[in-house]
Amino acid sequence: MSENTLRGRKIILHDMCLRDGMHAKGEQISTEEMARIATALDDAGVPLIQVSHGAGLGGNSLQHGFAPHSNEEYWDAVIPRLKQAKASVLLLPGLGTMKELQSAWDHGVRSVHVATHCTEADTSPQHIAYARKLGMDTTGFLMMAHLNTPTGLAEQGKLMESYGAHSVYITDSAGYLLPEDVKTRVAALRDVLQPETEIGFHGHNNMGMGIANSLAAIAAGATRIDASVGGLGAGAGNTPLEVFVAVCERMGIVTGCDLFKLMDMAEEIIFPLMDHIVRVDRASLTLGFAGVYSTFLLHANRAAARFGIPARDILVELGRKKMIGGQEDMIIDTAMTMAKARGLLKETVAA
Amino acid sequence: MKKVKCALIGSGNIGADLIYKIQRSPFLEPVWMVGIDPASEGLRRAAGIGLKTTAAGVDGLLPHILADNIQIAFDATSAYVHAENSRKLNALGVMMIDLTPAAIGPLCVPPVNLREHADRVEMNVNMISCAGQATIPIVFAVSRVQSVAYGEIIASLASKSVGPGTRANLDEFTYTTSSAIEQVGGARKGKALAIINPAEPPMLMRNTIYCLTDEEPDQKRISESIEEMIGEVRKYVPGYRLVNGPLFDGKKVAVFMEVSGLGDYLPKYAGNLDIMTAAATRTAEMFAEEILTGKIQLQPLKEAA
Repeated sequence: MSENTLRGRKIILHDMCLRDGMHAKGEQISTEEMARIATALDDAGVPLIQVSHGAGLGGNSLQHGFAPHSNEEYWDAVIPRLKQAKASVLLLPGLGTMKELQSAWDHGVRSVHVATHCTEADTSPQHIAYARKLGMDTTGFLMMAHLNTPTGLAEQGKLMESYGAHSVYITDSAGYLLPEDVKTRVAALRDVLQPETEIGFHGHNNMGMGIANSLAAIAAGATRIDASVGGLGAGAGNTPLEVFVAVCERMGIVTGCDLFKLMDMAEEIIFPLMDHIVRVDRASLTLGFAGVYSTFLLHANRAAARFGIPARDILVELGRKKMIGGQEDMIIDTAMTMAKARGLLKETVAA
Repeated sequence: MKKVKCALIGSGNIGADLIYKIQRSPFLEPVWMVGIDPASEGLRRAAGIGLKTTAAGVDGLLPHILADNIQIAFDATSAYVHAENSRKLNALGVMMIDLTPAAIGPLCVPPVNLREHADRVEMNVNMISCAGQATIPIVFAVSRVQSVAYGEIIASLASKSVGPGTRANLDEFTYTTSSAIEQVGGARKGKALAIINPAEPPMLMRNTIYCLTDEEPDQKRISESIEEMIGEVRKYVPGYRLVNGPLFDGKKVAVFMEVSGLGDYLPKYAGNLDIMTAAATRTAEMFAEEILTGKIQLQPLKEAA
């Protein structure tokens, strides 16, 4: 991919700090921090900012953790302060509902990622149609995209387009894909979707491929890229937005964002906010290597501490059992079953 | 022994599986299957084993109700057509067991509240959802020991076991199940999550139940109550099994369950299908027993003006 082939391409960046980043913060970000981050992103020219619980609409739960505030409180803290950026939200059918989507619209949210596992697009028609009826910028978001073939993803993307999605995403939830895998998947979508349907890529940096994968996606025809300043996101984080903007500037890809403002923001706001350094470490690399949902990281660390099974062993077993996003309950369950097998836990836990 | 004659409405996965469950019942006899697609696999199978079939919907069944003495009908169509089906059949004195998320009648989880519904001779009872049948007994097992502020359930289903109706209407599934966790399970607030997993070979249905109790949980009594309840459910769903827990963490009680099916219509991984059809059959049997002994009599419902 030479500099010349991508020079002049325009892409739309979508920041994930205030949604995927919630996972990295154990869902604990205050409304004040949200407002500060969102205004900095807005000021740096980032056009779309996702704001919600890490699991999106309906995310507040024992399964996914309770944030200190409702999604509505976060939107009210953030959206009135935005000058140019639009706020977006995540909706996983089976967790979030149309009632919550209506509330998001009422509070000023104007874009949505309607997310399904990469083989289950047909669980999204109600929600995509409802988002379109509301007038939202609507994305079909195919998660764990390494678990489907390029042809399979093309079929699923076509379904989402038929329900009304303006754009379809290849979502590398496990940070497993390599650039060639991304290229073939985006190209397969580009072959079948209408020319006006945009293609997006959402990466995780578990194998260190966030930026390379996003470039591969653009080369194959993607025009929307999810990233987060400082990489604040699940697992080893999302594609770091400020680094990606720097690479785009050098390559002549047009993002409309102010690099120096984003660099300052990463250094002064995001890094000091992190509870742990969001990076490729043993556990997050295991996610990418084994193809496990990035959000499982902190849950697996907690289960490891409780039941004495190494987090890596739990993650590899979850990968083997083909657990997908949303099955966080199976992390404790798997750790308990492993602990019994290793003689670390009695059959009955009850007193 | 005399049996109560039944009609099955809807020829999808649930309807097809129900045939097997009802055929084995000492109190029920499947007589009619109703579909809307003459080419459907379910109708073909039903005809193959001697049921009368119609592809003309409920209207195709109505002229035969009295002649064939149909007294109980199972509706496994969709929430959108159930109300109309129920109205037409209730008017002829047929009791409805609703397997859609329509929930126009009272919600039924057999080991929790079936007795009450039978005593009141309800003419329409709703079976909630597969996730509801698999988890609400456990929520109830905790709430009958001490008060539960919040109940949350996560149902993981094998992709191959989830039909097009459920897929296209996941919100109805969420609303109905959440509300039943409160109304039947006894939690003050309920929340239901569903995950569809495409793993091959398909995973068995898994259900996780979380309850937040108001006071510190009485571990011994809650564990005993759950164990007893699992025994009750196993009477009609033998593959209902505790995998891990109860795990106590402050005021949080976590229970990890698995359901394997009998493998009647879909393979054993489709425990979600089984627990729904088995609960519906159990419900029909209780009404049927009492009809047969003359304890209750079904009456035609007058149409509301």
